[in-house]
Parts: sequence; C-alpha cells; structure tokens
Amino acid sequence: MPLTKLDRSANYFINAFFIIVCALITLPFLLVIAVSITSEDSLVQYGYRFIPHSISFEAFRIIFIEPSIMLKGYGVTILITVIGTVIAMFLTALTAYPISRRDFRYQRPITFYVFFTMLFNGGLVPFYIMMTQYFHLKNTLAALIIPLLLSPYNILIMKGFLDKISMEIIESAKMDGATEKRIFLQMILPLSTPALATLGLFISFAYWNDWFTALLFIDNDKYVPLQLLLVRILSQIEFLANSPLAEAADKLQYANFPTLSVRMAMAILAGGPMLIIFPFFQKYFVRGITVGSLKG
Amino acid sequence: MKLGSRTGRWFKREWIYFRKNRELLVLALPGILYKLVISYFPMVGLILAFKFFRYDQGIFGSRWVGFDNFTFLFKSQDALRIIRNTLLYNFAYITLGTVVALVFALLLNELSGRMVKIYQTTMFLPYFISLVLVGYITYAFLEHKSGYLNNVLQNFGFEPHKWYFETKPWIFILPLVSIWKGVGFSTLVYYAGILGINSEYYEAAKLDGASRPQMMMRITLPLLKPLVIILFILGLGGIFRGDFGLHYFVPNNVGMNFATTDIIDTYVYRALTKLGDINSAAAVGFLQSVVGLVTIVSANYLVRRVDKESSLF
Repeated sequence: MPLTKLDRSANYFINAFFIIVCALITLPFLLVIAVSITSEDSLVQYGYRFIPHSISFEAFRIIFIEPSIMLKGYGVTILITVIGTVIAMFLTALTAYPISRRDFRYQRPITFYVFFTMLFNGGLVPFYIMMTQYFHLKNTLAALIIPLLLSPYNILIMKGFLDKISMEIIESAKMDGATEKRIFLQMILPLSTPALATLGLFISFAYWNDWFTALLFIDNDKYVPLQLLLVRILSQIEFLANSPLAEAADKLQYANFPTLSVRMAMAILAGGPMLIIFPFFQKYFVRGITVGSLKG
Repeated sequence: MKLGSRTGRWFKREWIYFRKNRELLVLALPGILYKLVISYFPMVGLILAFKFFRYDQGIFGSRWVGFDNFTFLFKSQDALRIIRNTLLYNFAYITLGTVVALVFALLLNELSGRMVKIYQTTMFLPYFISLVLVGYITYAFLEHKSGYLNNVLQNFGFEPHKWYFETKPWIFILPLVSIWKGVGFSTLVYYAGILGINSEYYEAAKLDGASRPQMMMRITLPLLKPLVIILFILGLGGIFRGDFGLHYFVPNNVGMNFATTDIIDTYVYRALTKLGDINSAAAVGFLQSVVGLVTIVSANYLVRRVDKESSLF
C-alpha cells in the first residue's frame, strides 16, 4: 500500500508517541539499576539518580560474598515452583478433561461447581483461620503450594484446548476397551502437550511471583521465598543490617553498610532473571489472554 | 404406589447413568475435593461475620452475636474509608485503564511491522514483575531523603515531600502505578480484538476512498464497542475486590497514608496478621463476598443484554 505524505507524517507522529511511552515505562527499571550500582556515599549525598555520580559495585560484591540469604530464597522459590507446577498441571488437566467431555452426564453441574468459586468465595478471614487453626499449615511448604494448585482460570484455558479434541478418537479408544483413566493418561495428556506447556508457564509464573500466601502463612525464617524476602527487606529497616550481609560488608572493609544500594541490588537479583526469561514466552501469555479475556 | 414406582424407575435410570459416567467422575474427583476444601469450606466460615471469634473456641464454638460486628464496624471511621477507597480506586483503574488501553490499541493498529512488536514487548515488561518489586521501584522514586522525585523537586527549588506520610499524592500515584503495570496487558486485549476484525471491511472502505482516521472511527471503534463495553462491565462487576498488592506494597503499609490508600483487602489482612479487629474484618469480608456476588451477577446480566455470547455464564 503506497503511503501518502499525510499518512507518513502520521506514522512518524505515532511512532514518536510510542517511543516516549516505552521510554516512560522503562525508566523506572533503569532507576533501580542505577541505584544498585551507585556508591553509597553518593547515594547519601546526591540521592537516587538515573546517572550515578560515582559508580560502584559494592552492593553486588557484598551479596556475592555472602550469597546465603539470596540462595536460600531462590531455593525455596524454585522448590515450590517446581513441585507446585507439576502437581497443578496434572490436577488442572485432570479436572478440565471430564468437563470438556460433552457426553459426560455431570459435565454441567461440575462446571458450575468449579466456576462458581470465581464469583463467590468465603473471603480471607475464614480461609486464613481454616489453613492455620484447622489444618495447622502455618510455616510449612504446603501452605505455599496448596492455595495455588487449581485455578478456574487455568481450567478454562485447558478446557478450551480439550474442547477441540474430536470425540471420535475417544470413542474409538473406548471401542477398543480402554478405560477412561487410560484414555486420559495415554491419549489426552500426550495430545495436550502444547496446552500443558502454556499452562505450565502460567502456573510457574504464578508460583514464582507469589508473595501473598507467603505473607499470610510464613512468619519464621525457615521457608522464606524470594518475594517474601524482598518484602522483609523493604519493610524492616534493620533487616539487612542484621543479616549476614552486614558481616560481608565488614569483611570487604566498607566503612558503612550500603543499605540503599544493597536493597535495590537484591531486587534486581531476585526479579531480574524472570524479567529476562518471561518476555521470551510472551506469545504464550498473549494466547492465554485472548482465550481468557472473553470467557474469563 | 404409582409415584413410588416412578421414583424407583428414576433412581434405577440414574443409577445406570451413574455407572456409565463413574469413570469420568472419578477423574474429576480430586479437583472436586480440592475445591470443596479450599473454596467451599471457607464459605461456611462466612458465619463468622455474625459471631464473636475467639481462636480457642474456633469457628463453630464462638458465640453468636447477631449483627453486632456490623454495628461496630459502621460506627468506626474505618468502614466508610475502606469501602469508599475500594470503590473509587477500582472505578478509576477501570475507566482510566480502558481509555488508555483503547487509545494505545487504536494507535498501535495504525502501525505495522517490527516496531509494533517492540512496543508491545516493552509495554508488557511491568506485567512480569511482582507487586513487591513494584513497591521497590516506587520506593526509589518516593523515598523521602534520597528518592528521585524529591531530588528533582529540590533541584527546581521546591520543597521536598514526605510522600509516605501524606494522603493527597496517593490519589494520583496509585492509578499511575496501576496503569504502568497493566497497560501492556490491557492494550493487548484490545489490540487482539482489533486484529480479529474482518479485513474485508477495510478493503471495501479503502475502495470507497476512506481515510485512515475515518476507518478508525467508522469501522474499528464501532466493531470494538461490544468488547469495550463487556470488559468495562465485567470490571465493574469486580469493583468490590481490591488490588491488595498495589495498595499494600506501593504505599508501603504506612499508617499515615491509610486515609487514601487503605482498602477492604488491606484492612482485612492487617486484622488477621497484625493486631487488629478480626470481627470487623469478618463483617467487612462478608459484605465484600456477598455484594461482590451481586455486582458480578448483575454485570453478567447486563453483558448478556449487550452480547449473549460474551457473558460469563
């Protein structure tokens, strides 16, 4: 399509608009990075700036000399993400499959039963009391895994995929005498690998970024996932100064423990990797959105 | 006698159906049980709103108090504050979010090729970080002594602000952060909607000599209208559900700004984990659940009237 002069200048204008928008969206990230590599002295003297007055990697050096806190956080997060994602994927597929079968007599009531929880719930108070007082799950790994195992939204994505599997192959498998369990395990699951991949991505994303369950159920130092570690660093002023990191700073013979830059460096080390990895899978997120936005 | 045999036949038939569907039911069972425990059990706990809860007496052992929790709740300043904040902020997020995303999507549609992808990816970045990290980022801007915003203010000769101790700024900060975090996602929803429009409309319009703004106003926008209305109404349906993370981490849980930052969800959380009034929290939680159900069902009813296909149920 040949562009008219007017069109072309409009294009320039729109491009300029989006470049400004994108710059504004990215700048906050750059500020955090800039703070993390600014020396503590210049942070105290000049405040947080986009262009550091004097660059220093002291914050990262301290964290790498004493990586125990960070590694422990990563350990817990990776553990709950892996265990949670595996169980959640299986459970989601297991629940989505029967309600995707139109010949299943209880399809409609079960579908309603599952999705009604999106509209109505007991709220936080009863849930919290149930988990802590009745199931005694406070300060356990289970408390971090169980609440995210089966989300109706994920069931919807899975069901959307399973709906497309033709009844004929299921019928023919049944003719050959296969049980429903076998059909599910040996036919449906292998057929749904693309859907399971998308699902796994969503679920692991949810586990990785989850701070809410940790905030609710973890109040000791044993199972502190990354996100909760970050919460504590930000909300408890003395948290870093009382941590092994302060000793590391001593070892490196820094006069003062660089609280400000270490804080931001922790944020980068905790959030950065995912910020690099997840955008590669953006296309799957997009697919999930287009499924979920209309029938969400 | 006749009735008896009819129900008997019914049972027999259902039993046969049950046996036929048993295997699939077994597959669905783990999910059903999970939902029963995690989602349906707590619904029973809603009765706490009408009880005086004591940890040692549990949900069922605690004493009934009728509507006392509600009277107490509405006598305090808290109730009005958190309900007002929840509703107003959500309304602001929904309207602003819709307008910005719609404009962005329409403009994005005017462009083509690689740049669109780059813009999309960039705008999507904030979507991938947790609200805890968003809290860090806003902290870098707002921190009183060294925060970027105060730096800039002082450079231009203005007085620095104690943002976390003030109430007014949050009315602007929170919607801004909400847009920053969500714009990539919501733009994409509308952009996907635009891409779904049949290209024949545009080809026909082009033959008739329509200009690009004309096509945008006469084709894209009208065809996108149902989607916009639906998402807007559904958003309103969830207006009683606050964004806990946004209102907890960004204002950094500082009591001095609660007047303009505290919402139902943050209030309930504090009541549970810090020293707080768990009975008022149970009462307001009850309101949130019940009114939330009403708003969503009415929203869905409205959506059905706009476009039957797009309703949730």
